[in-house]
Amino acid sequence: MKKYYLGVDLGSTTSKAVIINEKDEIVGRGITNTRANYKVAADIAREEAIYDARFTLLSNKIKQDMESKPEFKKYMEDIRTVFQYQQFKRRMESLETTLKKTVSAFSYANKEAIAHRISVIIENIRPQIKNEFIHGNIGSKNQFFRDIVSEKYNAEVAIVGREFYEPLMLAFDKSITPVENEMVQYNFKELVLESMALLEEKYKGLAEQQEDGSKEDWYYAELNAVKNNYKNVEITLREHIEAIASEDIHIAKMVGTGYGRALLPFPEDCIKSEILCHAFGAHAIFPNTRTVLDIGGQDTKAIQVDSHGLVTSFHMNDRCAAGCGRYLGYIADEFGLSLNELGPEAMSSTKETVICSTCTVFAGAEVKELLHNGEERPNILAGLHKAIVQRAMSLIARSGGVKNEFTFTGGVARNQAVLKYVKQMVKDSYGDLTMNIHTDSIFMGALGGAMFARRNISADLPVARKANVMEE
Amino acid sequence: MAQEAQKERSMVLQKEMIDGLFNDLAKAKETGKKVCYTFIPGNLSELIRTFDLLPVYPEINALQSAMRKKSAAYIKEAERNAHSEDVCTYVKCDVGMMMKGNIGPTGLKIPEPDILLLSYTGCFTFLKWFETLKREYPNAKVIMVHTPYQENAEMTPEMTQYMVKQFKEEVIPQMEAVTGIKYDEEKLKRHLVLAKEAQDWITKIFDTTKHVPSPIDAYFAGVYYIGPINIGFRGTQEAVDYYKELYNEIQERIKLGLGPITPEGEMKEEKYRLVVEGPPNWTSFREFWKLFYDMGAVIVASSYTKVGGVYDMGWRHDASRPLESLAEYCMNCYTNLNIPQRIDLLAKCITDYKADGYITNSIKSCNSFSAGQLPMMRAIEDRLEVPVGFIESDLVDPRYFSYSNIKNRLESYFQMLEQTKALKETESV
Repeated sequence: MKKYYLGVDLGSTTSKAVIINEKDEIVGRGITNTRANYKVAADIAREEAIYDARFTLLSNKIKQDMESKPEFKKYMEDIRTVFQYQQFKRRMESLETTLKKTVSAFSYANKEAIAHRISVIIENIRPQIKNEFIHGNIGSKNQFFRDIVSEKYNAEVAIVGREFYEPLMLAFDKSITPVENEMVQYNFKELVLESMALLEEKYKGLAEQQEDGSKEDWYYAELNAVKNNYKNVEITLREHIEAIASEDIHIAKMVGTGYGRALLPFPEDCIKSEILCHAFGAHAIFPNTRTVLDIGGQDTKAIQVDSHGLVTSFHMNDRCAAGCGRYLGYIADEFGLSLNELGPEAMSSTKETVICSTCTVFAGAEVKELLHNGEERPNILAGLHKAIVQRAMSLIARSGGVKNEFTFTGGVARNQAVLKYVKQMVKDSYGDLTMNIHTDSIFMGALGGAMFARRNISADLPVARKANVMEE
Repeated sequence: MAQEAQKERSMVLQKEMIDGLFNDLAKAKETGKKVCYTFIPGNLSELIRTFDLLPVYPEINALQSAMRKKSAAYIKEAERNAHSEDVCTYVKCDVGMMMKGNIGPTGLKIPEPDILLLSYTGCFTFLKWFETLKREYPNAKVIMVHTPYQENAEMTPEMTQYMVKQFKEEVIPQMEAVTGIKYDEEKLKRHLVLAKEAQDWITKIFDTTKHVPSPIDAYFAGVYYIGPINIGFRGTQEAVDYYKELYNEIQERIKLGLGPITPEGEMKEEKYRLVVEGPPNWTSFREFWKLFYDMGAVIVASSYTKVGGVYDMGWRHDASRPLESLAEYCMNCYTNLNIPQRIDLLAKCITDYKADGYITNSIKSCNSFSAGQLPMMRAIEDRLEVPVGFIESDLVDPRYFSYSNIKNRLESYFQMLEQTKALKETESV
């Protein structure tokens, strides 16, 4: 039986899980923003990682086809998105039930009318979400159930009007967390087959793509290929799906890390500091890394590592939110934006407004003042992003600076504006060094955890060292 | 059980000495003894004894108050009287205690000062502290000695003479005036001989951490060991007896192969040997210590235990040069060393005592210690390739001790040490 290793990183904002195989290759990733209960968060992230692992196994089975035939590649991309939609759809059902239950406990006189509104809202949202998943690109945006649903729900509530605003928002606030924290078991095979049916519907209705020059050539080629050949892909997938769905993804060992690690029901030797895990994960992906900057939800860490990926020193900001993800969350709230909108808007700035406040809360007040004085919002946002990075730079300096290759990890590394300033400032302070950012930067801690799980660090380090130089 | 009884003897001796001092202080009015407030770094213990003065150490009172969970209320009192949040918390604790009736840590009243003796000026806060005290005690005589910093890592004859001149022209005449006692150099010399003897013993004691496992913790227990030599007993036979006793007890531990004693009994397994820079946190001293001994970490040397005198490099009081020797003592206290000297001293400790790691406890409100701590840490890391760690807390303000933050950092640090050790072991196979 094949052995797999699991790393779970319980962050302050999101929980991540990574599954690796015996060659340190990532086979599955899972992420959730559930944080009310770390046990549930760990379970949800792990389940997600297992579904993801099944897709990886499936992709491996049809590897040759995927490499040589564009329809296979496209189909596999699409099916993951539709699969996610299917999960969301089930959670939507749960949300509707929970919302109605919440409303039934209300003391409002018009609660039946409220319940009716909820039914209407959900009916309106449902096709929107379906459409955006199947025909749009929402699946590629890394958004959580809460983010997507609340955006749509809020828009619908705004249409309904003032009379229902308060009870409808209250109902949502009270219902979303329990729904997020619900552990929903899906039948992988069933969901895949349903997804295939949906894709069939999609491809059938697809018009022949005409090149209009707005996209790269391969974009049209892929779409046309999949439109004409999706049946072949389906046939191939059906051959494998049974085996893949029933394969036992045997987790031989796991390691928990992150903010909530002490709360995990893991034995003591299966719990590792997130500092070591982030460094180990980042080093595995980029073996020449000597400095790791990790900006997470509630702390920022500057870590120095040696050639084995082991930490030699670190510095962290754990007393103040002004240099980490929560600062951005707070600012997003101040502006009434979603977290995902912050970076792009900051990128559209023409200059960076100087933000003097080093305190998160005071920065909020300063922002209001600046807006009042006519400063442009993108410029203020750019200034705020720069301020975060300045804090991180001071931590880097305190931890010993950047002497060689530099890797940026953590959830905040997904923010383009932060990335821009990190690149700029590291270059200004330490010269032209290799700087690594990975699309999976948010998973580095979980990856490091999984890698520690695979090794008995005190027993077989030299082996671990060789395996460290992972082939990408 | 034999060693249990012995262990207690040195503790009993110390307790008797300290209780005796506080009793004498409480009765100072009746007995007519004069009282001298002064600080630990550069304390002129032998000269104070020569004039039969009773010493009071405000920073010791502050840390004792913290260990008895009284400092928060004192600090609040001082802050209510407009002492800023950023001021050294020793100062605020002391000022607050004074405002609340000057009841000392043993529950007895501390008498007002007749002399405010500032014999170490390397800490700017000390100056301001005594300015504040002077306002509260207008009758006290302020004696201030300027101590030159070891800018060029040396004590030159000029620097020594500069200080001796201050002793002759300022300190001694003023002490004579307040006490009505004539300066007796022969008496001072007798104290200096005993001071040297105590210094020899304490050096031997802190050198026992060369043993593996270390028989003592040179930081968490070390702060108790430095009590007598720092708080006015240096230069007395009592101090010599105490250190002799303590040394014998430790020898006994070595013979039995025992590790350090912790509040929860003997440390079973020594996993990591560390050198610590910076003062400890006093408000959560036990919790702080526990974070270390639970992980099997023993501190084999610390800079804080050198705050009242650096004896590792061979310097001793010398009765044949009494005033010169006092001058050198002041200039040679730990925080008066320049940064490269401190690095050399700490590096020597790491090497001599075979430490696996180096930790800095940075104190927000203590400039004397905190300035230069990071570059020192980097220099040590570069020179010895030893894993370094950095934690932050405070002296006596409980608001600045975050258990979970410190625990998180220390956990990461110990896991880092474990990896490094494992790597070294496999490489050496």
